[in-house]
Amino acid sequence: MRNQQATQLLFELSKPGRRAAQMPAPDTPDVDLSDLLPEQFRASAPPPLPELAEPDVVRHYTNLSTLNMSVDTHFYPLGSCTMKYNPKRNERLAGLPGMADLHPYQSEGSLQGLLQLLFETQQMLAEISGLPAVSLQPAAGAHGELTALMVAAAHFRNLGEDRRVVLAPDSAHGTNPASAKIAGFDFKTIKSRPDGAVDLDDLKAKLSDKTAVFMITNPSTLGLFEKQIAQIADLVHEQGALIYLDGANMNAILGITRPGDFGADMMHFNPHKTFSGPHGGGGPGAGPICVREDLSPYLPTPVVVKEGDRYRLEENRPLSIGRVRSFFGNTGVLVKTYCYISTHGPDGLRRVSENAVLNANYLLSRVKHILPTPHGDRCMHEFVASAAKLKKERNVSAMDIAKRLLDYGFHAPTVYFPLTVPEAIMIEPTETESKETLDAFTAALFRITEESATELHDAPFSTAVSRPDEVQAARKPIMKWKSDS
Amino acid sequence: MPYLFNTPEDQQAMLEAIGASSVEDLFASIPEEFRLRRALNLPPAMPELALTQHLSALADKNIAAGRVPCFLGGGSYDHFIPAAVDMLASRGEFYTSYTPYQPEVSQGNLQAMFEYQSLICQLTGMDVSNASLYDGGSAVVEAVLMCAAVNARRRKVVTASSVHPEYRQILETYFATLELELVTVPAENGVVSLEALSAAVDDQTVCVVVQHPNFFGSLEDVAGIVELARQAGAFVVQSFDPLSLGLIKNPGELGVDVAVAEGQVLGTPMAYGGPYLGIMTCRDKFLRQIPGRIAGQTTAGGGRRCWVLTLQTREQHIRREKATSNICTNQGLYALRASIYLALMGPQGMREAAELCIRKSHYAAERLVRSSRFEQPFTSPFFKEFVVRDTQGEVAELLAGAESEGILAGVPLGKWYPEYEDCLLVAVTEKRTRAEIDRWASCLESVESGACSTADAV
Repeated sequence: MRNQQATQLLFELSKPGRRAAQMPAPDTPDVDLSDLLPEQFRASAPPPLPELAEPDVVRHYTNLSTLNMSVDTHFYPLGSCTMKYNPKRNERLAGLPGMADLHPYQSEGSLQGLLQLLFETQQMLAEISGLPAVSLQPAAGAHGELTALMVAAAHFRNLGEDRRVVLAPDSAHGTNPASAKIAGFDFKTIKSRPDGAVDLDDLKAKLSDKTAVFMITNPSTLGLFEKQIAQIADLVHEQGALIYLDGANMNAILGITRPGDFGADMMHFNPHKTFSGPHGGGGPGAGPICVREDLSPYLPTPVVVKEGDRYRLEENRPLSIGRVRSFFGNTGVLVKTYCYISTHGPDGLRRVSENAVLNANYLLSRVKHILPTPHGDRCMHEFVASAAKLKKERNVSAMDIAKRLLDYGFHAPTVYFPLTVPEAIMIEPTETESKETLDAFTAALFRITEESATELHDAPFSTAVSRPDEVQAARKPIMKWKSDS
Repeated sequence: MPYLFNTPEDQQAMLEAIGASSVEDLFASIPEEFRLRRALNLPPAMPELALTQHLSALADKNIAAGRVPCFLGGGSYDHFIPAAVDMLASRGEFYTSYTPYQPEVSQGNLQAMFEYQSLICQLTGMDVSNASLYDGGSAVVEAVLMCAAVNARRRKVVTASSVHPEYRQILETYFATLELELVTVPAENGVVSLEALSAAVDDQTVCVVVQHPNFFGSLEDVAGIVELARQAGAFVVQSFDPLSLGLIKNPGELGVDVAVAEGQVLGTPMAYGGPYLGIMTCRDKFLRQIPGRIAGQTTAGGGRRCWVLTLQTREQHIRREKATSNICTNQGLYALRASIYLALMGPQGMREAAELCIRKSHYAAERLVRSSRFEQPFTSPFFKEFVVRDTQGEVAELLAGAESEGILAGVPLGKWYPEYEDCLLVAVTEKRTRAEIDRWASCLESVESGACSTADAV
């Protein structure tokens, strides 16, 4: 029986006079507050926040948490998001007072341990990417994309070249085109062929001496390694343009191949995917970028450097694009990245990717008997199935399947992405799942396709709510509690 | 490996099911020329115990603000975090969940996001809040980009030197590739002068960006700035300190169009600058332009109240290059921490914490300027942070001497403001005790030749 009271809004639980936090009495000499704060600045009353006792708050959030699926509780085969297990050790280590209680403006001398860790993280990411120059500053993957595009813009500005166009395949994440626009570029889409590969003819037609960057996700969002990558790299580089690798899918190729070796000039990592930082209900992540040596001068500042046995922050880089985030960056996430890589070492990282790819191919070999997988029998770390046939023949959509899976105790896969596959269902098991889990997921998927279409339209049945009215939410937005509602 | 399941038998069975001869076979699509035929050059794997010892040794090389009194500010502050914030936010069901795209199994996160938006609107007096951005700096940039999208024919952004220098640097970085110009008006006496601002703001101005309390801790005449901007048809973006709103007038009351903040003060550890929490609020008129995720209330079967992510047509996964922003991930976990913090603090807790900040910081300032060596260059009112000048101009020696005594005494201003090379920025939160402040002041007063004596201070 669910505790309905505890999931009322905080504001509805509020009762005047209740309180949780209480501050100590001032230990400084008694001064009239109006001597410190002139009347014109002073609020007439404390902020109108809810008034709650600590048990109210604890019960409220504990109960809310039970309304979520999470990696700690469920299989989360969310394609392109890499929802793998989040090691507990990393939380404890990132939370050590000597890591978490550091102020960003402490002296370098008081931060040698952290700066060493950050410096070594830069080196580790350089080695894994095959791209030697690293900035840890970007706060998220999309922020890394944007930062790298700014680096590219500075590079071409410095060369005196006027390049205004960024290209990316139609299967790319939506952040690619959005980042290109924010970085001041015009954006053009490159078509994919039916087999998911980049359409080289379309690429050739759109490449020119105005092209600055071709952004490519490899392995792609279809879970395929782009076999023509050598030709693509040649075509792009012949035009003097740069290749940006969207590193969202690095989980598939750690220690197996390196973007710098297959032609990428710049890339970002998603530590919260590849190196298992928890997603926290939608953040934080981080978005460190790695670039070719000759692009290094344009990286944002500061960068950690080592001189003798001392570590320091280098700020004075005249060609740098400047700063893209306050302070150093998402340090806490980077500490976990360091811990994750250190736990695995070179062999372990390779085994992560081998098992991610093994699990995905195993699942593909099961799922293809239930739902067509339009890009063949093999994949990297994820694959896309299509419910188009089921939709046509039985009126069962990708969304119906996704929603019904929730009843079977599985988080839904990604649906309707990538946009190039009709009724797409994108599945990524990751390496941190067992064969037993994958078999159970397959069995559930099979049973669902046998269920009655009309019933499926109403699924899920066992969750706290079912199929909320999203149209109403967008048409008449209610985005905060109101005292009169 | 600690996080892998597949035994050799599992692996064999799976390969057979796939119809592959080996795991290597699964990578056949990667051209041979690009295969890494050596091990990555990384340190060898460390089991948990060894890693723990290694990280502890690294951590011990740092001076942790939690162990020594910290008087550093400038956008990151050593505020108290109630235990319940850590306990609740670290629950795996929050911690290891994803963006709530499946509302049926994410009502916990969605309701928490809706409550975060509600709490932030209550705190700020603004109409709309998103569910967070990366940090205070990115929130300023996104606010300006939003204003520029709405005020599309104008290309000039006016700010003041009293706005966080790093926030201004981020604006400069973004503006380098966009056709926007940043004009910075100098601050006098620690605050922006309305005359100077008035001269800079014209009919080409997109928005005026101010910070209140500002980088020096001083309080700006925001209402005056709003009036001035209105006359030119420009928006006003205010960066604020959420904790200050326990005591001072909120952005809604001051009449600004967009209010943004670094939310670190609401229950997030300093963590050397991140991850933090970018707060963004605005007026209703920006509703469909605001970047980032938003939770909205709706109903499900039987009219039951519930929550979903809404207005997603603004976002990149739908609009791609026409999206209002490239921001995809948010700071869900830190928005949750801020909500729990605000729920625990309530109106009275926020008021008390803000009062302690203002009382203790004023005590510290007075305590220090008792010494003839120090003076406050500004007379403008301040909240929890203030600037102090060392008339002997030995800021580096002062800080090094205090550090050797286990005190993080202040932030040198010369890095950003050559004219204040002899000045320190000092922040005093509710955590600092009178004894710590006395020790800090005695130490600074007695620094000579690189070390201070605090033996008689406590």
